[in-house]
Amino acid sequence: MIVGGDHQTLALLLFSAFVAATLAITTWVSRNRHGSAEEFYTGGRLFSPLENGFAIAGDYMSAASFLGISGLIALFGYDGMLYSVGFLVAWLVVLFLVAELVRNCGKFTLADVVAARMSERPVRIAAGTSSVTVSVLYLVAQMVGAGSLVALLLGGTSDAARNWTVIGVGALMVVYVSLGGMRATTWIQIVKAVLLMAGTITLTVLVLLRFHGNIDALLDSAADHSGHGREFLAPGLKYGGDWTARFDFISLGLALVLGTAGLPHILSRFYTVPTARAARRSVVWSIGLIGGFYLMTIVLGFGAAALVGSAEVKASNPAGNTAVALLAYDLGGGAGSTGGTVLFAVVAAVAFATILAVVAGITLASSASVAHDLYASLRRRHAKQRSEVAVARVASVGIGAVAIGLGLLARDLNVAFLVGLAFAVAASANLPVLLYSLFWGNFTTRGAVWSVYGGLVPALFLVLVSPVVSGSPESLFPGVDFQFFPLQNPGLVSIPLGFLAGWLGTVTSREVPDEVGYAEAEVRALTGAGAV
Amino acid sequence: MEKQEGRDPAAARIDDPWYDALASGWGELDGEPASATVPAQQRADGGERLSPAEIYLEVHRSAAFQEVRRRYRRFVVPATAAFFAWYLAYVITAVSAPGLMSRPVAGAVNVAMVAGLAQFLSTFLLTWAYARHARLRRDRAALELRWVVFEQNQQNQNGRTAPPGPGVNGSRPARGDQHARRPEPGRGARRNDGQGTTRGAHR
Repeated sequence: MIVGGDHQTLALLLFSAFVAATLAITTWVSRNRHGSAEEFYTGGRLFSPLENGFAIAGDYMSAASFLGISGLIALFGYDGMLYSVGFLVAWLVVLFLVAELVRNCGKFTLADVVAARMSERPVRIAAGTSSVTVSVLYLVAQMVGAGSLVALLLGGTSDAARNWTVIGVGALMVVYVSLGGMRATTWIQIVKAVLLMAGTITLTVLVLLRFHGNIDALLDSAADHSGHGREFLAPGLKYGGDWTARFDFISLGLALVLGTAGLPHILSRFYTVPTARAARRSVVWSIGLIGGFYLMTIVLGFGAAALVGSAEVKASNPAGNTAVALLAYDLGGGAGSTGGTVLFAVVAAVAFATILAVVAGITLASSASVAHDLYASLRRRHAKQRSEVAVARVASVGIGAVAIGLGLLARDLNVAFLVGLAFAVAASANLPVLLYSLFWGNFTTRGAVWSVYGGLVPALFLVLVSPVVSGSPESLFPGVDFQFFPLQNPGLVSIPLGFLAGWLGTVTSREVPDEVGYAEAEVRALTGAGAV
Repeated sequence: MEKQEGRDPAAARIDDPWYDALASGWGELDGEPASATVPAQQRADGGERLSPAEIYLEVHRSAAFQEVRRRYRRFVVPATAAFFAWYLAYVITAVSAPGLMSRPVAGAVNVAMVAGLAQFLSTFLLTWAYARHARLRRDRAALELRWVVFEQNQQNQNGRTAPPGPGVNGSRPARGDQHARRPEPGRGARRNDGQGTTRGAHR
């Protein structure tokens, strides 16, 4: 890794500026606020579609996308591009089937939508548990990413620097969420989305200028400098080996495209706008932003292969996470130049901003699940009633602590794997129950509960017995071997299981389907009648 | 489009956060707006009161609602099937037929590149098509139905003597009257904090 004093100082300066700005936003938006649940979870539901579109994009485009996908493309060429396609196409599921209906039917969380015509307590506990599980997995991925990112970009590879980064990120996100609630989180995400888009556009334009706008020359040069020749531009370098690897990729592809619609922090964003129509328009905005962003990461990935070279990217970081930083250094003028230093520091700061905004969004969504679903259902009947918002604030501190702890423990796990796992669990446990309750009139309480646990438990179990945990040199516990499921991503098996369990639970239950309830739910979902 | 009585549309639209502009201008005529007349409306005007559940049931049975639902499903079901099949075909071809995918098309660009960019393009096109379809074919009728439910509930509420009226679940609670809004049994929050929201107080 290029280690020099100048870009470290500058990057730290930009980090501090961003942290100061976000803390200022938090203080500013939380002035004169009563701590109502509506205010805390949804920011008063008065964001415009444009604002919410940027915030959704800011919530979704994680550092794993910015650094990880371009890095994968720089190392493996076309196979990295498969990720960008999956991450974008997933938004059609959200737009067509989820966004408007969830906005009309729910209040704060996923469980609100599901529990509407069911026996409330078991459904809330199930949906709350799976939401918190997904959020914590995703959160740990981001924390691990933050630690290794700062270590890589600033050259401070010492353990202490990494651990303090994880603790610092955790503490900041707790401050944002518990003090500023949804309003602060949203503005931080908007600022981050603007910064990320500006940084990505700048780098993309510089790459294209270097090749005089000739994409053909860019691809040719990327193939030449990758060490793979023409194969670099076709699928197969990473996922072309044995059939296990291929099925693993199909499994991941399925999880990516179906998981987005089950991510609690994405669902909670639809409650921040006044109407379903505004929710739809914010998704249209975010699809434009996210699509543009992923198209640019493809250019950046091939640009890094062409200008830096795959071998050098790999030498700097075996997973390719530093490809964009190296590319920025090169585009700015190379070693020792002012331009290179500035661009490098900007990339580092943007990546850091990205992580902070994403973790704030997830922490808020999971504290909403804890307070609104789990606490409200599990609280003892005669216990002292506490304000839900107070519980949510405490929950955000607790989740921050858990995420810091797990982030420190799991710091050697692959970030992309953790993200893929979070998507797989979301697609197996949250999506089936959500779609069934929106579109199936006969869906019952038992079906809902079975569908959540029937997706959640197999997904987690299959990971436990996969090569990720044991049985191979790269696994978490290389010493033991209790692996018998060959795939790293459980989606291919656990997603169908989630749907199957929901169907089985419904057809075997004696509960009479609530036809009047479903008629009401349909009218609410499609017209917005009675929506909060 | 008929207007429900007792509502001044112009006044309702100023500073009403629930209202956002309907589609206007080009293409407006390509969808015959579904009529929002619901049997419940006339019946209730005649003095009979319906419970909230009955109102929803009546609206659900109305031709207007069935038309909205049909239009939504007629677009969403084929479009979802199409993009999902197209995405799966893309992923499966990418991992199982690399030979086909690496066939050159023009210069350095091969079939795989074209297919990947086509995924981006189809996503953008479907997004645009869905937004346009919803804006022109569904939004107006859906909003009318929302008004029907809201005004039914309002009538029920006004007609009752004991305040605060039970079963208040109108879609448009008057601002400053948040305390009257109660979650129905089994729906939404377990308890309402009783704290008014700051809706409308900011920006």
